[in-house]
Amino acid sequence: MNTAEEVTLEDRDLSALAGELGEGVKLAMELVVKLAEVSRADQLIDISRAHIDGCLYHGQAGVDFAQRMVDSGTSVSVPTTLNVSSLDLLHPELYRGEEADAREARRLMDLHVDLGCKPTWTCAPYQLPDRPELGEQIAWGESNAIVFANSVLGARTNRYGDFADLACAITGRAPHSGLHTDEGRLATVVVEVEVADELLDEDLLYPLLGHWLGANCGVEIPAIEGLDERADEDRLKALGAAAASSGATAMFHVVGVTPEASTLQAVTRSGGLRRLTVDSDALATARMQLGWAKGNIGAVSVGTPHMSSAGLTKLANQVSGLRTVVPFYVNTSRSSLAEAGDSALSSIQAFGATIVTDTCTYITPIIGDVSGPVMTDSGKWAYYAPGNLGVGVVIGSLAECITSAVAGEVHLDERFGA
Amino acid sequence: MTRVLVEGFAEGPLLALDQALSFWGGVDAGTGRIIDRSHPAEGRSVAGVILSLPHGRGSSSAATVLAEMIRMGTGPIGLVLAEPDEIIVTGVFVANALYSTSVPVVVTSTPSPEIGRFQLDSAGCRRIDID
Repeated sequence: MNTAEEVTLEDRDLSALAGELGEGVKLAMELVVKLAEVSRADQLIDISRAHIDGCLYHGQAGVDFAQRMVDSGTSVSVPTTLNVSSLDLLHPELYRGEEADAREARRLMDLHVDLGCKPTWTCAPYQLPDRPELGEQIAWGESNAIVFANSVLGARTNRYGDFADLACAITGRAPHSGLHTDEGRLATVVVEVEVADELLDEDLLYPLLGHWLGANCGVEIPAIEGLDERADEDRLKALGAAAASSGATAMFHVVGVTPEASTLQAVTRSGGLRRLTVDSDALATARMQLGWAKGNIGAVSVGTPHMSSAGLTKLANQVSGLRTVVPFYVNTSRSSLAEAGDSALSSIQAFGATIVTDTCTYITPIIGDVSGPVMTDSGKWAYYAPGNLGVGVVIGSLAECITSAVAGEVHLDERFGA
Repeated sequence: MTRVLVEGFAEGPLLALDQALSFWGGVDAGTGRIIDRSHPAEGRSVAGVILSLPHGRGSSSAATVLAEMIRMGTGPIGLVLAEPDEIIVTGVFVANALYSTSVPVVVTSTPSPEIGRFQLDSAGCRRIDID
């Protein structure tokens, strides 16, 4: 069965397919059209920008694909930012891995810069200046960036994985399907948050809720009721990152908070949606699943996804006059670090913390052998680190992480049942 | 119903999985062995087989890992899916383009049991070692 004729292609798409714009553009367009066929898109649309996840080294195939593009004189056709890699170019001494892996990782990074991508090296491109606007059609990779763009900014992207993200950036085109369409952005399940009002003030509520959403809603688009304006950008970021780790969440709505969900009716078709309820018992369970322990900790890692400049300022204020007794890592971007300024940086360094940029502590060997579990405020870090690094994890709020770092052992308040 | 997602041809043994699999974190790319502890087929190898599975799972980095496995010969020689999966299609499509392989990806039903020798192409998946 041939479905190619179902995707309407414009003349410029056809000339790209014919190789008139070079071999690299031809291969990129073939992949975009293939994905349009698979997703039964009616046509391709223009995208205004891209964010590439494929610059993180996972093997020779990624290098070969980028090299093929560079060799054929190809470059990206829209403004394109780059995700984290496995190296911190500002602090190279932090890397504890194999030299050969570092060489290949660096080569993959350089190839992407050669293609015209901006060396932003961040998983939080929505914290860079000039971010996407409501309704803007974009092609983003990196699961937390995808869910933030769709949910919090109201920009439109499907989940573009390795190769597909670069193919969209090169062609400037994407399949018109899924989250690029009005219909594809409607909620498919309603989630009611039924917890004591004061818990909405707690940072930890949001990654725990996100973990629960991913585990219980999978690929669906939840419309969340029961939150309010206290769910600020950093909290929605933590929620989305956790949901996109435990599940395949690419979009959520928070009724009354996120831009497309002024009311529940605005994001649902006429009735009949499945309704789920999440209470504090469910969040306590999420906390246990993500990691809970007593006793000594080996290290702390915060800032996954990359800490915002507001987050760095908050951290700087909270650690003022304190000193950590365990290794304490803060993952952030070059951009947020510069924005937060020298006094925030000095305060964080005086506390004894190590700043990590361009990469993240759960994807590359930076944390050495530790004598106990690692504490984090991130649902995403807690989800992936045990498998990637072989460490135990305790999840807690930023405040709990700081108190525990100063004591060298787990100190948790008991608001989420721990 | 048979729907061809990536054209190609494969002939070999069949491994039929009931549960979705992530190629990033779920499989040892160097050997093709399934290492996901929660997967019922943990310990079996996807190298050199026609792999049948409901769909992929997890990280979008799986496309690179699948392409890398096809490059090294530790990946499946063909894939039978219950429903379309863009990450799997991407990984296979890029591997076929870069390494001149012809790994097919087809949405179709799988014959059972999985014992014997099978062919997979645009016509579907069939057993070929019985008269």
